Amino acid sequence: MAGYSGHARIFFISRSALCTELALQGISPWQLTNGQTTDSSQMTNIDIVLLGLNHKTAPVEIRECVAFSKDETDAVLKTFQEHPAIRESVLLSTCNRMEVLMTAPNASEAIRAAKTCISELKNIPLAQFEDTLYLHKGDEAVRHVFRVAASLDSMVVGEPQILGQMKDAYRTAIRKKTSGVILNRLFHKTFFVAKRVRTETGIGDHAVSISYAAIELGRKIFGTLEGKKVLLIGAGEMAELAVEHLIRNRVGDVFVANRTFKRGMELARRFGGKAVLFEEIQDCLRQADIIISSTGAVDFVIRREQVSGSMKSRKNRPLFFIDIAVPRDIDPKINRLSNVYVYDIDDLKGVIEENIEDRNREAMKAERLLDEAVIRFRQWYESLDVVPTIVALRKKMEGIAQAEIQKTLNSLGKLADEDCRAIHRMTDAMINKILHDPTIFLKGNGFHQNDKSLYLDVTRRLFKIED
Amino acid sequence: MEIFIIVTIFFYIASTAGYIAYLFFQKNYLHEAGCYLLAAGLFCHSMVIAYDFLKSGLVPVQNLYQILSLAAWIMTGVFLVFQYKFNLRILGVYAAPLVTLITIISLHIPRNAAPVKNILNNFWTVFHVFVILVGEASFALACGLGMLYLIQEYSIKSKRHGFFFRRLPSLELLDNAGYACIAAGFAMLTLGLISGFLYAKIVWGRLWSWDPKELCSAIAWLLYAAILHGRLALGWRGRRSAVMAVIGFAVLLFTFIGVNFLMKGHHGEFTRW
Repeated sequence: MAGYSGHARIFFISRSALCTELALQGISPWQLTNGQTTDSSQMTNIDIVLLGLNHKTAPVEIRECVAFSKDETDAVLKTFQEHPAIRESVLLSTCNRMEVLMTAPNASEAIRAAKTCISELKNIPLAQFEDTLYLHKGDEAVRHVFRVAASLDSMVVGEPQILGQMKDAYRTAIRKKTSGVILNRLFHKTFFVAKRVRTETGIGDHAVSISYAAIELGRKIFGTLEGKKVLLIGAGEMAELAVEHLIRNRVGDVFVANRTFKRGMELARRFGGKAVLFEEIQDCLRQADIIISSTGAVDFVIRREQVSGSMKSRKNRPLFFIDIAVPRDIDPKINRLSNVYVYDIDDLKGVIEENIEDRNREAMKAERLLDEAVIRFRQWYESLDVVPTIVALRKKMEGIAQAEIQKTLNSLGKLADEDCRAIHRMTDAMINKILHDPTIFLKGNGFHQNDKSLYLDVTRRLFKIED
Repeated sequence: MEIFIIVTIFFYIASTAGYIAYLFFQKNYLHEAGCYLLAAGLFCHSMVIAYDFLKSGLVPVQNLYQILSLAAWIMTGVFLVFQYKFNLRILGVYAAPLVTLITIISLHIPRNAAPVKNILNNFWTVFHVFVILVGEASFALACGLGMLYLIQEYSIKSKRHGFFFRRLPSLELLDNAGYACIAAGFAMLTLGLISGFLYAKIVWGRLWSWDPKELCSAIAWLLYAAILHGRLALGWRGRRSAVMAVIGFAVLLFTFIGVNFLMKGHHGEFTRW
């Protein structure tokens, strides 16, 4: 009978739907709007927490101690999952950073738990790395995740690998089922934002490593590197890296000249090229277009006369020297010859510095894009609350009802005011009855203690009341 | 008709603005805007020239105004074809202002000079003028490409990668495009000179009359022939080729404008004002 009388009241109380519903539930509107309900798992109490260290806060000795392998990541995620203080978690571990992203009803408890977990699993006393940890909550945490993914927080701003590493970290969390509604949404947004930063700002433009800078220069000289012949003189990590990059850009033949012919043979085999004698360099100058030199020679390996002599038989086709050696292998005077370009290690470093400055300028633009994304995420996050969801659901229903009433009334022709009011009353009653059970469910007295965000999210999607 | 000229100039100026904005901001839509505006300008310009032609029944090469106007029109057309073929967007920064400038200059020249004798309305003259102008437009582009090459080469050699290094294409592309322009221009100039000789033979009964313009054209032709020969036989590429393209065009410009003002000759009549 009580329910009945409740329904009866609907007809007489104003059409302000929420109040009606609250009256039904016996809760005052004041309580709801302050997020203080009887349910302890209210969404507003859930925090997004980020705990981590990176190359700026921690020296490499500590970073290598807390780096997680694949198996260790699985293990630590499992521990987090079982811990009552932590709801969702994702762990990112790269050579430059280790970060734990969590959602938790009680932030400080979760942080303590995470710290203990890490220290126990990696077998390193907490005191040793605690000072290097940084901590972000809420918007700050969201912003930090965006910044990391957009490579604004990287050692080399704009380097593209970090996004892939984040995707891997997220995939692992999905596999271990430690990521839930909030982190799923956060990561999807993150990938979207990172992509946007990359396309809309020049943050990833222009090389910031020696070998990439050399390739970029080569492109400005030759247009395409395809089919260009490369001569590697000497050996060395950076030079070999440059050759590998060139091969990836589909250069043609690769010649390798080394003082020890055997070493030259090995390198040539690795690059699918041809070993030549050191004395044959002069002949190679006629064919090769890009020459990378990195020998330990004290004196110049290639002199001006050698190059000017070979330019004629090259028909002045451009020649690009990359001199990585210190002391230099290539006579800098060669740069003054027409159609010949010489870059030594310092020149390349200069180019890189310019590019880094450029990237930093672009990073400012990127920060603005992130501001926007953080606000958008917060809007969604706040909507993941019981009250806004119910309000939005009801608004949607009322909107539909209003539109349909209008249509019906138009087609019925002129009705008496009394009849109109009756129709309105009927639709209001229907809305109330339809929404009665979902509302009770969402307010969830004991239905679903664990993860209310899931149901709220589903509700919003089911009725398409996104954002 | 006046309105069409104004609209044409408006389009050209807008296109110039588009290309300059493209130079600074490197946004694709700016370059597209520049390109379409230039095409729109070309269309209006065509109307102007067609109108002049229909009104007088004479090919519009009767006075300096018409010659310049026609030169700008052909230049625009040649540039758009070039753009389509090489997709070398940045060259618009050179071509669009050049076209705009020529059109504006032409506007400031009195238009109603007495028409010359009717000898002009003959197929060979039309062909002669048209082909020479296409050739000169190609050389103008080659000159622009040469200048871009020199700028880019300087920024690579000096190792200071500033504003232009990023915005200009590769040396190889600039060099090849410049070569293509010179080759095309040379073919056109050759055709133009031959048709000129034939025309002279028909009208004056002699192929060559030591007219200053004839002389200068021949010098320009020899110069470009030397550039092409040097490139094909001796491998004059890159910097040297670029410098030659700029010098060649300077000589040509002198032939085109200078001779008419400084010296007398039978070409002078056509550019009287």
